[in-house]
Amino acid sequence: MTTAVETGNKADLPPPASTVGVVGWMRENLFSSWRSTVLTLLAVYLLYVAIPPLLQWTVFDAIWTGNEAKDCKLPDGSAKDGACWIFIKAWIGGFMYGLYPYDLRWRVDVAAVLVLLMFAPLAVKRLPFKNIYGVAVILLYPVVAYFMFRGFIDFPLSDPQSTTHPWRVVETSKWGGLALTLLIASVGIIASLPLGILLALGRRSHMPIVSTFSVLFIELWRGVPLITVLFMSSVMLPLFLPEGVNFDKLLRALIGVTLFSSAYMAEVVRGGLQAIPKGQYEAAMALGLNFVRMMALIVMPQALRYVIPSIVNTFIGLFKDTTLVAIIGMFDLLGAIQLGNADPKWLGFGMEGYVFAAALYFVFCFSMSRYSQHLERKLHTGHKKR
Amino acid sequence: MKKISLIAAGAALIALTASGAQAQQTLDAVKKRGQVICGVSQSLPGFANPDAQGNWAGFDVDMCKAVAAAIFGDVKRVKFVPTTAKERFTALQSGEVDFLARNTTWTMSRDVQLGFDFVGVNFYDGQGFMVPKKLGVKTAKELKGATVCTQTGTTTEQNLADFFRANKMEYKVVAFEKNDEVLAAYDSGRCDVFTTDRSGLAADRTKLKSPNDHLILPDVISKEPLGPLVRHGDNNWGDVIRWSFFVMVNAEELGVTSANVDQMKSSANPEIKRMLGGEGDFGKMLGLDNAWAYNIIKMVGNYAESYEKNVGPKTPLGLERGVNALWSAGGLQYAPPIR
Repeated sequence: MTTAVETGNKADLPPPASTVGVVGWMRENLFSSWRSTVLTLLAVYLLYVAIPPLLQWTVFDAIWTGNEAKDCKLPDGSAKDGACWIFIKAWIGGFMYGLYPYDLRWRVDVAAVLVLLMFAPLAVKRLPFKNIYGVAVILLYPVVAYFMFRGFIDFPLSDPQSTTHPWRVVETSKWGGLALTLLIASVGIIASLPLGILLALGRRSHMPIVSTFSVLFIELWRGVPLITVLFMSSVMLPLFLPEGVNFDKLLRALIGVTLFSSAYMAEVVRGGLQAIPKGQYEAAMALGLNFVRMMALIVMPQALRYVIPSIVNTFIGLFKDTTLVAIIGMFDLLGAIQLGNADPKWLGFGMEGYVFAAALYFVFCFSMSRYSQHLERKLHTGHKKR
Repeated sequence: MKKISLIAAGAALIALTASGAQAQQTLDAVKKRGQVICGVSQSLPGFANPDAQGNWAGFDVDMCKAVAAAIFGDVKRVKFVPTTAKERFTALQSGEVDFLARNTTWTMSRDVQLGFDFVGVNFYDGQGFMVPKKLGVKTAKELKGATVCTQTGTTTEQNLADFFRANKMEYKVVAFEKNDEVLAAYDSGRCDVFTTDRSGLAADRTKLKSPNDHLILPDVISKEPLGPLVRHGDNNWGDVIRWSFFVMVNAEELGVTSANVDQMKSSANPEIKRMLGGEGDFGKMLGLDNAWAYNIIKMVGNYAESYEKNVGPKTPLGLERGVNALWSAGGLQYAPPIR
């Protein structure tokens, strides 16, 4: 006997087809009202106008094989439609190392490999003595890198080894390309954070001289453009020095960049300090911590955590600002690309060079940004609202 | 290329007082250092540009190498200091470089007011025009009402204004900071005329999308004598640079090249003998070795060789000799005799 009455529940009907899957997602997110429909269509149109020609130029029409500028030109001398990537291939050494002597470029490579090897252990989670190792690496690596870049043995110029020896000195004026960009950026980044912290503390200090000095320093350096700082350091400074005293140009630029970004960093850190409730200070003092331990153990770890996005923001800004050293006659990545554009063998491929530079800068800035997000997640202690 | 820089001028004046101490001793300092420091352009195709391996080459670079060959007999004894248009005068004034070979126009104010000595003219340049062929223009006098693309803050812009005013023609200027921007604007049709120095015009033409659709007009509207310069007051050092250059021009005139200089050493021609050190003590007069001129010709070449190798018709720059031909071939290059 069969029951005429259904017992139990029937399975739910599936939701209407128009609200699920791709169609549903699109209805909800792209075509939910007439305004968003118009905007969607406009965006699609803009992408349609921009993307295909870009791909056509950079990929489909591009010239990938060959060795000479001729391979990128039509027989009558006019340029072919696509990007000429052989120019990048021919000049890649120049872009990476600038004017660094050709036979010594392996030294820069070794320095690059060393940085990976020395910092890799820090990625291991439970490394014993990790803090000590970290500090040691940060202090030690610059010394190693300096000697790899510069070399050890300063031959007199009359000695033939001064142009052949594998460990001969290479003057800083010959350092260049991506290597120089990374060098200036990393020195600026590593040196400006501690300086910035000191300045931020100084500005909040109750000691009048310290706080006045900090305020003056910060306002002075924030008040002038970096381009002016570099220009002054390279054009005006030599006039005030005694004859024959030549203060290294790279050093001048490094000092300029570091002091400049430390002023910005100070204000970022001060922002973090102001977010710390007074109770934290009082608690620390009640525990009997002195000023240094209070800052190092209680206040700074919290304050810096708050301002990670701003710190990384400053770092990314600094990284891109390094291109300004081109105006004082140094060839960083961008400068090296401009050198390539002036090579008589490769006239007329400026666009390719700039696209390549843009791609490289994007890779580095985007990696920094991702790393900062990783840090934020790792140090996340419940402040973050998602 | 010829940025007007008040800062540099002022700075140079300050430094003038200090540079007296250094007078008369640059050559000694260079010898002691073992290297001549030469201020060059940051990169100007054909005149001074490094290749992907970092080796400098170019017409101005050859001038630096010639001086090194004269002093040391070794073209590697040069340190090239790339200088920007703004920096160059300070670099020379402060002693950061020994001399400039940096396509710098010899003008009265630079010679007199800034306290420099121009030692010669290794390239006679002048401002010219490029137009699309479809415009049908044959000379610059037909450019009435044209829109002209040019670089800001250079003498190029002033010369342009002078030329159109003198010929009572109207024109519109579209100016940019960098030469590449000027060229891009011209190539995309934002203006009818592109103007810069003729040394750059031919190279810039090859950068266009279709170079054959464009024409360089024959007119030259300004004088831009480019040459090496030294600090005022160290005449002995100026002589070294000046005669290093004159040797190259004289060698061309006498038919001495880097290839045949060894045979020419035994030439009976007294002028060649004096130049190559077979007769007289001309190197010693300068404080150099008597083989100075031989070294220049052997290692760098004569004027024609350097010209053809770096900027001549067979290079991408494609510059005809024109006014830079020898005086005997109808040009302006004329070197006083060595005797």
